[in-house]
Amino acid sequence: MFKDLFQKKRKYATIPSERVERNGGPSDGERPKREIPEGLMSKCSKCSTIQYSKELEKNLKVCPSCGHHMRLNASERIAITLDGEGFIEFDSEMSSVDPLQFPGYASKLEQQSIKSGQTDAVITGQGSIGGHSVIVAVMNFEFFSGSMGSVVGEKITRAVEEATEKQLPLLIFSTSGGARMQESILSLMQMAKTSAALARFHEAGGLFISIITDPTTGGVSASFASLGDIIIAEPGAVFGFAGRIVIEQTIRQKLPDDFQTAEFNLQHGLLDLVVHRKEMRATLTKILEMHDVKGGF
Amino acid sequence: MAGELPFEMPLVELRKKIAELKQFGVEKEIDFSDEVARLEERYSVLEEEVYSNISPSQKMHLARHQGRPTSLDLINLIFTDFIELHGDRMFGDDLAIVGGIGKLNGLPVTIIGQQRGKDTKENILRFFGSAHPEGFRKALRLMQQADKFKRPIITLIDTKGAYPGNTAEERGQSEAIAHNLREMSQFGVPVICVVIGEGGSGGALALAVGNRVLMLEHAIYSVISPNGAASILWKDASKADQAAEAMKITAADLLGMEVIEEIVPEPKGGAHRDYEATAAATKDAIWRHLQELSGLDSVALKEDRYLKFRKIGSFSEGQQEIISSELAMVIEE
Repeated sequence: MFKDLFQKKRKYATIPSERVERNGGPSDGERPKREIPEGLMSKCSKCSTIQYSKELEKNLKVCPSCGHHMRLNASERIAITLDGEGFIEFDSEMSSVDPLQFPGYASKLEQQSIKSGQTDAVITGQGSIGGHSVIVAVMNFEFFSGSMGSVVGEKITRAVEEATEKQLPLLIFSTSGGARMQESILSLMQMAKTSAALARFHEAGGLFISIITDPTTGGVSASFASLGDIIIAEPGAVFGFAGRIVIEQTIRQKLPDDFQTAEFNLQHGLLDLVVHRKEMRATLTKILEMHDVKGGF
Repeated sequence: MAGELPFEMPLVELRKKIAELKQFGVEKEIDFSDEVARLEERYSVLEEEVYSNISPSQKMHLARHQGRPTSLDLINLIFTDFIELHGDRMFGDDLAIVGGIGKLNGLPVTIIGQQRGKDTKENILRFFGSAHPEGFRKALRLMQQADKFKRPIITLIDTKGAYPGNTAEERGQSEAIAHNLREMSQFGVPVICVVIGEGGSGGALALAVGNRVLMLEHAIYSVISPNGAASILWKDASKADQAAEAMKITAADLLGMEVIEEIVPEPKGGAHRDYEATAAATKDAIWRHLQELSGLDSVALKEDRYLKFRKIGSFSEGQQEIISSELAMVIEE
C-alpha cells in the first residue's frame, strides 16, 4: 500500500528559476518541461523554498521562510508603496538614444525595452504615501541592470527640480548596476547633474529620503542614492561603490558574505536604518508626517 | 630617448639609422651630409605624421606614460609659494590626493590634485593615485576652506578611479564621492579643473565639478577605464585598446560633446617630453579662464556651474512630451 502512495506522487511540479537574480539574464538553455502552468510556483533564490507565486506576491515578494527580499520592478514597487490613486507619471515617453554610436548599444536598448516593457531604467512622478504628497523616482533593475545613462539622469534631475519648485518631499528608490557604459562620459556626467540638482533642493530645505534596494552600486550609489537626508535600505540589499569581484581582485582576498549588505552598511554608519518591505510604507508615512505638511520646507 | 610607445617605433628606428650613418661617416671619413640631411627631412615628415594622428588607444598609453608629469610636478611649475595641507580631520591623510594653497600669478588659490607615484614604492604609498574616502574628504575640506576665504579652486585630475577596496567601502566611498559632487556644485568661487592624465570614473568626477573643465591634449576622461569596459563588454580586459576606440575618451571627443571647454596643447610627442612647456600651456589656460570668470559674483558662479552640467545628456522625448510645468498646473488644480 505504501507503493501506491509513492506512485501518486510521481508527477513532480517543476518551477521556473528566479530570473533576474545575480547574473541578470535568464539561462534558456536547459529548462525542464513544465507539467504545471508556468509561474504557478516560485522558488526562493536564497533558501530554495518552494511556494505558490500568489502567496509570494501577497507577501510582497519576501520569502516567507527566510525573509529574503526578492527584487521588484518599478511598477511593482510603486504599487506596494504609493497610495492607490493619483500617481501621475512624468516624462513617460523619454527614451535613450545612441549618442556615441556605441557598438551594440542600439540593439541592446531595443531588447531591454521589449524584455521589460519600459522605456528606460527609472519611473518618476508625483503621488502620495499615507496621504502625503511626494515626488517619487523608482529605478528598475529589469531595464539594463538599472544603469544610469542620460535618460535616468535627466528624469531624476527633473523630478528633483519639480520637488524643489513644488516644495514637496522627494523619495528615490534606487537599484542600479552603475553608470551606463555605452553612453560613456555622458553617463558619468549624470552623477554631477543629479547631485547638483539635489544641492539646490537641499539648500531650499527639502526632505529627501533615499531608499536603497538590491543592488545599488557604482555611479548611482556614488551620487544621488548617497545624498538622502535619511537613507533607508531593504534587508540584505547590496549597497556599495565598487563591485565585489573588482575588490577581491584588488585586495587578493575573499570578502565576507555580508560585505556591502544593508546590515554591513548600517554597522559602518553609512545608513540610517534597515526596514523590512512590509514596514516600508508605514515608516515612510511616519517620517513624512514628522516633516510637516510641506514636507520639510 | 627612453619610454617610447609602440606607435613611436618608426621614429626610433629612423633616428637610429641616422645616428648609425653619422657614426659610419666619421669612422670611414666619408661625407654623408647630403644623405643625413635627406633622412632628417624624412624624419620630420614622419614625426609630423605619427604625432598628428594619435589614435584614442595611443592617447590612453600616453596618458598613462610613467614619465608623464604628475600633479605635484605641474603644481611646482605653475604655482608659487605652494604649501601642502594635509588630512581630512576625521580619519587620515590620503596621499593619493594632494592639496594646499599657493599663488597663481600672485593670486592666492587653493590647489587640489590627484597624485600618482613616480615609482612602485611611491605608487604603493599613494595607492596609484586612487583615493580612499579620506582623500575625497580632505579635498572637500580644502575646497570649503577656499570657499570661505574666497579663493579660486584649481583641481588637477589624474586617476584611474576611486580605490576599489574593502577599506574604502567600509568608510563610505560612495558617500564621499557623492558629497563632493553635491558640494562642489555650490561653491561661490571659480572652480577650474584640468584633466592632466587619466580621468577615471567617479573618482575623477569627484574633483571635477568645475565652471570650466579643461583637458591636456593627450589626456583621457571616461566613465570606466577602457580595461574595465573591455572586461565587462567582451570579458577580456586585454581588449582595452578596442574599448578605448569605442568609448570616445579623448579631449577632442569631449570638447565635441561640450563636456570640456578647452584642450590644452602638449609638446610634440606628449607632456612627458617637456614639463616646462606643458606647465606653461596649462598655466596660461587656467589663468585665461580665471580671468573670464572674474566678472561673475558668487551667485552667478553657482548658476554657471549648474547650467554647465544641467545641459549634459542626450535622449529623445516622445510625441506625448509632458512638460513638468504644465503638469504642475494640473496637479495643483
